[in-house]
Amino acid sequence: MNFKNANELLALCQQEGCSISEIMRRRECVLGETTVETVTRRMTRVLEIMRQSATIPLEHPVRSMGGLIGGEAKRLTAHAAQKEDICGPVLQKAITYAMAVLEVNASMGLIVAAPTAGSSGVVPGLLLALQEIFHISDERLIDGLFNAGAIGYLAMRNATVAGAVGGCQAEVGVAAAMAASAAVELMGGEPEQCLSAASTVLMNMLGLVCDPVGGLVEYPCQNRNAAGVANALIAAEIALSGVWQLIPFDEMLSAMYRVGRRIPAELRETALGGCATAPSACQRCGCCP
Amino acid sequence: MSFISVFDVLGPNMIGPSSSHTAGAVVIANLAHKLLAPPLKQVDFTLYGSFAKTYRGHGTDRALLGGIMGFPTDDLSIRDSFRIAEERGLAFSFTPDETKTEVHPNTVDIRMENAAGQRMTVRGESLGGGKVRIVRINGVHVDFTGEYASVIAVHQDKPGVVAHITKVLSDHNVNIAFMRLFREGKGDTAYSIIESDGTLPEGIAGELKTNPHVRDVMIVQS
Repeated sequence: MNFKNANELLALCQQEGCSISEIMRRRECVLGETTVETVTRRMTRVLEIMRQSATIPLEHPVRSMGGLIGGEAKRLTAHAAQKEDICGPVLQKAITYAMAVLEVNASMGLIVAAPTAGSSGVVPGLLLALQEIFHISDERLIDGLFNAGAIGYLAMRNATVAGAVGGCQAEVGVAAAMAASAAVELMGGEPEQCLSAASTVLMNMLGLVCDPVGGLVEYPCQNRNAAGVANALIAAEIALSGVWQLIPFDEMLSAMYRVGRRIPAELRETALGGCATAPSACQRCGCCP
Repeated sequence: MSFISVFDVLGPNMIGPSSSHTAGAVVIANLAHKLLAPPLKQVDFTLYGSFAKTYRGHGTDRALLGGIMGFPTDDLSIRDSFRIAEERGLAFSFTPDETKTEVHPNTVDIRMENAAGQRMTVRGESLGGGKVRIVRINGVHVDFTGEYASVIAVHQDKPGVVAHITKVLSDHNVNIAFMRLFREGKGDTAYSIIESDGTLPEGIAGELKTNPHVRDVMIVQS
């Protein structure tokens, strides 16, 4: 019970007649030599931490270690409470939660790296928003997390999820691909549609650089988590409508990896280019002598 | 744990803000703390590369100190590790060293001294996503990750020592996943590192020490 790429994953889904999340759950039990109860318990804890980190800052804003962010999730919530939001309920909630998680992360709070700390807002952001609007059970949401885990595993195995290696497209891009695939399964899509959504996200976030101000996981990381959520939602909607994608996930993942390795070092987490060297960022950071 | 688990993707559960600069730092220091008998009296951290540049903003200092006190990556006490260390009477210091450039970008040297006066220096590298490896013990090049239950035996580089170690492990039905020998020089101090499947049985350290050339044995359960 293992797969090395999306093609093999699809073949397994077909052969076993089950979802991506179910294949990933069985793989974990077999390769981890453990029981379905144990992996479910661990994933329940993951969901619990995700929910806490996505909701606490809505009422209790926290200032980041580097002082660049804090309070954004509360502002977004207040904005929506005044009925002034323009995104629609799913996206509005999803970006609020995603930005909240980054607030918690940047203030040394407890989060789940998904797949990294810098991209930890995307998966919980979208899944928790879908849960609220479409009344999805926790049990189903955990299925969504296993589905997201399958996409993230393929990215870790066949490409990279490190900003220092592949830029932000490898962090927030992969997180958004995970979220999109999970969203499609939760909304009743087939495994092919999940992978198609994941492929669409990588396509739309291709080339995104990693340029954190002051080298800290704060800014623009928090905004980019919100952007990742939006990209995931767009891709899921396109996939669920039945639109077919020319480029399959495996090929898009390999394209993302190749692009990532050609991104200059200045734009791969070193804080030597992009947003990090914009005059206002430099003035605020004061890191350089 | 030789495969990429779903909990490597959705995980680690960690105190932010960075899997490499915070969670990885906790894991390295936590491994180091398992290598020297408690209680610790003094610990000095030297930070290299990106660790040296951005450790404050990433809480790398609090993460290292929390790890050396045995906290896991998801323990909120990490935030208060300075205060907790002071309460425990553990002296600590942090020294950034930006001059060394030949090291991995996220490297730390941890010099520890326990109440019994024993000293040990451990070098760790944070590889990203909370993954780490220990690359030096007391100046000797080694290589292990702590993902497997590990035996670290310090011994003279003499014939028969490795046979003794594998015999003891075999007697306890321990399956060896990886085994490597590192030495300072021929006939000098050597480190045998055995990574095994499952959990290592109690009391195995004592049996390993029955060979006169084995000086110390450290057990790190995964």
